[in-house]
Amino acid sequence: MAEDLEAFRKDVRAWLADNCPPEMREPLKDVEDRCWGGRRFKFKNEAQKLWLDRMAAKGWTTPEWPKEYGGGGLSREEAKVLRAEMARINARSPLDSFGIWMLGPALLKYGTEEQKQKFLPPIIRGEIRWCQGYSEPGAGSDLASLQTRAEDRGDHWIVNGQKVWTSYADKADWIFCLVRTDPAAKKHEGISFVLFDMETPGVTTKPIVLISGNSPFCETFFDNVRVEKENLVGTLNKGWDVAKYLLQHERTMIGAMGQAAGVRPLGQIAKSTVGMDGEKLADTLLRTDIARLDVDLMAFKLAMERTTDRIKRGLSDPAAASMLKYYGTELNKRQYELVMSVGGAEALEWESERSRKGDDARTWLRTKANSIEGGTSEVQLNIIAKRILNLPGA
Amino acid sequence: MPLVLTEEQTMLQESAAGFLAESGVKELRRVRDERDPDGFSRDLWKAFAEMGFTGILAPEAFGGLGLGHVEAGVVMEEIGRNLTPSPFLSTAVIGVSALKHASEDRKADLLPRIVAGDLVTALAVDEGAKHNPARTAMSATRSGNGFRLDGKKSFVVDGHVADLMIVAARTAGSTGEQDGLTLFVVDPKTRGVSIERTVMVDAHNAARIDFDGVEVDADAVLGEVDGGWKLLEGVLNAGRAALASEMVGVGDEAFTRTVDYLKQRQQFGRLIGEFQALQHRSAHLWSDLEVTKAAVLKALQMLDEAPDAAAPYVSVAKARAGRTCTLAVQEAVQMFGGIGMTDEVDIGLFMKRGRVGQELFGDDNFHADRIARMASY
Ligand SMILES: Cc1cc2nc3c(=O)[nH]c(=O)nc-3n(C[C@H](O)[C@H](O)[C@H](O)COP(=O)(O)OP(=O)(O)OC[C@H]3O[C@@H](n4cnc5c(N)ncnc54)[C@H](O)[C@@H]3O)c2cc1C
Repeated sequence: MAEDLEAFRKDVRAWLADNCPPEMREPLKDVEDRCWGGRRFKFKNEAQKLWLDRMAAKGWTTPEWPKEYGGGGLSREEAKVLRAEMARINARSPLDSFGIWMLGPALLKYGTEEQKQKFLPPIIRGEIRWCQGYSEPGAGSDLASLQTRAEDRGDHWIVNGQKVWTSYADKADWIFCLVRTDPAAKKHEGISFVLFDMETPGVTTKPIVLISGNSPFCETFFDNVRVEKENLVGTLNKGWDVAKYLLQHERTMIGAMGQAAGVRPLGQIAKSTVGMDGEKLADTLLRTDIARLDVDLMAFKLAMERTTDRIKRGLSDPAAASMLKYYGTELNKRQYELVMSVGGAEALEWESERSRKGDDARTWLRTKANSIEGGTSEVQLNIIAKRILNLPGA
Repeated sequence: MPLVLTEEQTMLQESAAGFLAESGVKELRRVRDERDPDGFSRDLWKAFAEMGFTGILAPEAFGGLGLGHVEAGVVMEEIGRNLTPSPFLSTAVIGVSALKHASEDRKADLLPRIVAGDLVTALAVDEGAKHNPARTAMSATRSGNGFRLDGKKSFVVDGHVADLMIVAARTAGSTGEQDGLTLFVVDPKTRGVSIERTVMVDAHNAARIDFDGVEVDADAVLGEVDGGWKLLEGVLNAGRAALASEMVGVGDEAFTRTVDYLKQRQQFGRLIGEFQALQHRSAHLWSDLEVTKAAVLKALQMLDEAPDAAAPYVSVAKARAGRTCTLAVQEAVQMFGGIGMTDEVDIGLFMKRGRVGQELFGDDNFHADRIARMASY
């Protein structure tokens, strides 16, 4: 076992050395350096496309997905090795994708064979970009109260309604969407999980500007949108199960956001901004804050590993993903408060090249959404109280 | 290495849990209320030996089980849940970790007696109110064919019942330096040693020990003269990680009892566990405990697999355990309300043990500082 893993490590290392372009080993300069793929995606340079194609050909954009759909077919331990080796050379993520983080796992569990064959390979290759149509103006934390309606027209549905906070709806090719298929049923029981093309007539999007100055999400309107019945995932009116399963994957992913590779340790940045007094940072209170953060970041990284190991083995309730979401996002917010403290006035610049167009400040602002998107921190605590601690009335 | 216990480790956990729950928290009450002169039950310690626990870390050649720190941590966690007073930490973890570095003769003499439950050891490092081994001032000066020890030690766990002490003293350098420390194996009955038992807030054992011109032979030295730091750190790290595991047990048990209470106690015509304010604090605490459990298991695994790289993991584990256990016991007393303040209910005992565990071998500030030092900022 251990030897096999070492042999695998050697192979991976060699392959990465040959195949990861040097440009893809540099830290991201800004959000535009991320590769999202999709029909309309403009690659920043040749290297970005090459890196995606090479990784996708090995199935390593989705290392643990089955080989039959184009995934890497790796074991969890092998996938860890791959991640570690990528981190070792500061390799960028070849592909960021809601298809990978959210829809894929749900399709693997609930999709029909045809759906898996049709939708998984283009996700793995970064050809189709997905967005998530869950939230509505009246249905945020209380997601199950959603009102977007799908009327049965025999072989298809006609969908009418409005979604909001749909991340990248204006850039996505397809949407996975929660719609009400049985208005008479109780709120959790009349919901279905459907897929459709964002180019279907009747779909419109309107971008919303965030406090970070960026506009990554939209209001999304559906006006008599035709959705084929073959694009129902899971059972009719049982979409809530699919939705929740997907959320567990989404939450684990959001929880991990503070652990992005290539971030320079705050202790090192602080050396140049606050200076040193002997062997310690001159600002001793800031040093304390950074040290405590480092303790918690390291511990949380291990918690992600342990929790996924335990869920895989059935030792933990999958609802433990709510812990990762809650803890990881609160930690990331704390981290970025410190990024701002450490950066001082330099971190306040909004437009200069020096500040990478205000990257610190914009990211700091963006992290505030981490504890809202994918279910707020309060909602995660509710879930833990109910599902894991079995507290009454929760 | 996945961050879960193996099948064998899980079996050990079950047997330790069953065994220690038998004496349970009432054993600590007995020791405290009877003012037990040893501060632990010799019979119970013999039973530890029969279970094999005393020999978890001892090599098989010396009668031990030849297992690792993860296994020792498994037993420590159950000790934490039951607040069991025993020399497991001082002897089976720290004593064995230190004496593994002794000469073959000495190992053959001492380790089987530890494994049999016949020999208790104590580590004498701290000298002041706060743990800081580099600040060791106690002196060891060459004298005859050996050394002469002068100085004072405090917070020596199981110091008054130890059959043998491992003492850190300075053979060179000055206070604050890591170089110049040497470890000695000292018989507490040697002339010039005086021991004061200092029962602690948690009714566990500790002692202050004076060394006044204590003469020891050259072969009392454990490891290298002047170069004891690395050995001492290794031994302390074993103790720190094991203690962190005990604190997970203390915190987790206090938490479990609290959540049970939230499901029983009624106010305003409702179970208090229905109040969202308490639900959220409980859910936060559960999350904190989960994160800490991961850090502690990793530290234990690192001590077994890559001890030279274990130090940062150990500090993360001990720092996290200190904070999390502290929060758990505080929340426990608060959520029990008035009854949580009474001696009759066990919750206060967990708070007391948590406080001692936080101080022993470096509190969370000490270990966060160590993380900063290791990253040189
Ligand atoms: C950056 C970003 C990206 C997003 N992307 C998407 C996306 O792609 N697709 C999508 O569908 N949605 C997306 N969302 C929406 C997100 O899921 C919702 O914002 C979230 O679920 C909260 O809903 P809300 O905004 O309506 O807040 P509300 O539900 O109105 O909550 C307001 C406050 O009340 C608290 N609260 C609500 N209910 C309770 C309760 N029972 N107990 C205690 N406190 C409570 C909340 O915690 C919060 O603090 C995104 C959001 C953000 C910020």
